[in-house]
Amino acid sequence: MSITQSTDTAGTKQDLVRRRDRNGTMAATSVLYAVLIALAIVYIFPFLVQVATSFKSETEAAQSPVSLVPQVWTTAAYRGLFAHSDFPVWFKNSAIVTVCVTLGRVFFDSLAGYALARLHFRGRGVIYAGLIAVMSVPGVVLLIPKFLVLNQVGIYDSYTGMIVPLLTDAAGVFIMKNFFESVPISVEEQARIDGAGTFRVFWSIVLPMSRPALMTIIILSFQGSWNELSHFIVSTQSPALTTLTKGVASLASGQLGGPTQYPLKLAAAALMTVPVAVMFFIFQRRIMNTTEGAVKG
Amino acid sequence: MSANAVRSRSGIHGHETASGWLFTGPVLFLLGLFLVIPVLMALWVSFSDWGGRGSPFSAGVHFIGFDNYSKLLAGGGLAEQDFGTSLRNNAWYVVLVVPLQTALSLFLAVLVNRAVLRGRGFFRTAFYFPSVTSSVAITVLWLFLFSSTGSVNKLLSYIGITGPNWFNEPSGILHDLLGVFGVQNGPAFLTGGTFLGISWWDWLAGPSVAMSAYIIMGIFTTSGTFMLLFIAALQNLDRDVTEAAMVDGANGWQRFWQVTLPQLRPTLFTVLTLGLIGCWQVFDQIYTGTQGAPDKTTLTPAYLSYQAAFQDQGWGQGAAIAFILFVIIVFFTLFQRWVLRERKVSRRKMRPYLSVGTGSSGVPAGAAAAGQPPAPDGERQ
Repeated sequence: MSITQSTDTAGTKQDLVRRRDRNGTMAATSVLYAVLIALAIVYIFPFLVQVATSFKSETEAAQSPVSLVPQVWTTAAYRGLFAHSDFPVWFKNSAIVTVCVTLGRVFFDSLAGYALARLHFRGRGVIYAGLIAVMSVPGVVLLIPKFLVLNQVGIYDSYTGMIVPLLTDAAGVFIMKNFFESVPISVEEQARIDGAGTFRVFWSIVLPMSRPALMTIIILSFQGSWNELSHFIVSTQSPALTTLTKGVASLASGQLGGPTQYPLKLAAAALMTVPVAVMFFIFQRRIMNTTEGAVKG
Repeated sequence: MSANAVRSRSGIHGHETASGWLFTGPVLFLLGLFLVIPVLMALWVSFSDWGGRGSPFSAGVHFIGFDNYSKLLAGGGLAEQDFGTSLRNNAWYVVLVVPLQTALSLFLAVLVNRAVLRGRGFFRTAFYFPSVTSSVAITVLWLFLFSSTGSVNKLLSYIGITGPNWFNEPSGILHDLLGVFGVQNGPAFLTGGTFLGISWWDWLAGPSVAMSAYIIMGIFTTSGTFMLLFIAALQNLDRDVTEAAMVDGANGWQRFWQVTLPQLRPTLFTVLTLGLIGCWQVFDQIYTGTQGAPDKTTLTPAYLSYQAAFQDQGWGQGAAIAFILFVIIVFFTLFQRWVLRERKVSRRKMRPYLSVGTGSSGVPAGAAAAGQPPAPDGERQ
């Protein structure tokens, strides 16, 4: 009954609004675009400068820091990066950690999320409350504590110490839990009545259905572990285990007093951005909606 | 889930207790081992004189009560002064970044969300991209942009301004501003008293020029993330209320402040809280960039905690700083929750609207304040 009413009134309302706004609309739209374009330039320009500078020579970088086209193109920065630094090692380490962490989170987060959403067991409420509490611990408080435990357990300065502590995150568990609660339970119940075990149901029926949520977890943990710095500072010391974030950070703060080497540093920063940028442009739509889902959870 | 419910459903869900714990087991184990136990261990270390050698639980390590904490809060020495400095720096960072990034992200969201806009996807992508990149990469970029011969100073030179050597300039920007008016030294009542080893005059110095570059970076990198949250919230708004306000003659400006913003309160709370929590944890940028320099004006509690423990072997003190920081973050989060709590609208203010009975669960208070007398509601005649 209210449907017809509301469409009627919507019509008159829009007429009213249209009449009032017509004069100002053109001007307002132009201003809107002008502001947006100006802001977009502010947001994009730094990255263009970064890429351009990485192809400049040291002197040119200092002399014309805003030009977007190098007068003399040179790949010296990139060659230097691969020839005279451990950049390939850092890249390899970051890749290893990111792949392991992402696989681990997909499995463990969905397993726990499924249990919290679907299984009825004593202690579920306690676990749920505990996860909420854990999520509210600020990460920076954990720098020293993590080092203490890694040391005590004997996995300091090893891949194990770099990967295992990152294998799970409470936020991911919540994303999966929310997702499972939003899908109908009937299919699973059917399989269960047919005699399938809980893990079997989870593995061969539930997981294949949860691709959207799993993609969210993959994107978040890829981005999170690729960009992670503080955990690797407190869990490793040997050069062979340095990741990109730690390596590039040492490059940035390193050669004080010497030449500034801005093209080299910017080349390193640009290269380390490529994988997340590619990820970003492939999954753009999903990423933009990911943040929303993550926080609503 | 009450115990009763568990029992009554034990027919089909009988074996679920075992699987439930098995499924959540890995997560519980990992979070327990790498989060709960570490925090407890660090809590112990913050009350001990452990120097970094051997286990903190070995016989040679002693319980020293609140010594580590009191050195930071009332020691009168370098430790207190450094801690005070780091709190000062970080407090200015928070005071500037949190409101500015919230306002900017809301502004971006409102612009991008305009109905007439073409190319919405492009603008959204442009504003969000900085949030995807790592803080290390952005800091490296910033070190170049804000270097003495960098892009920012070049751009400033076009309009006749000689830019500072940003990351090497320790003077506070408020002091600089006062210096323009010839004020070089603070009044005695400010320079005389001290708090945490820093004079009140120095507390009010404002962020240093170096810290200001970080502040701009903080706003630049996080506004995109929060913009997405605001866009999502704007798209879920109750359109009826906005249209009703339009019919009542509220202009765009009034509609935004009196109708839209009150409805965004939950998102606003989320953004402010996340911003506050994040801003008190500035670490990556400082580690990559200035490492506290120049003149300790970019020192933050998070970085100081790391430095005290890992570089100066003052593990108890580093842990103590971390826990004080923890308390600060929890305090401000609760405070913010209290400030932004849902206030009840008084019955007197509500009365004109109660009889109309629009039934929409929107915000009568918002519509009421839209500046128009409660016209006989055109909608439901």
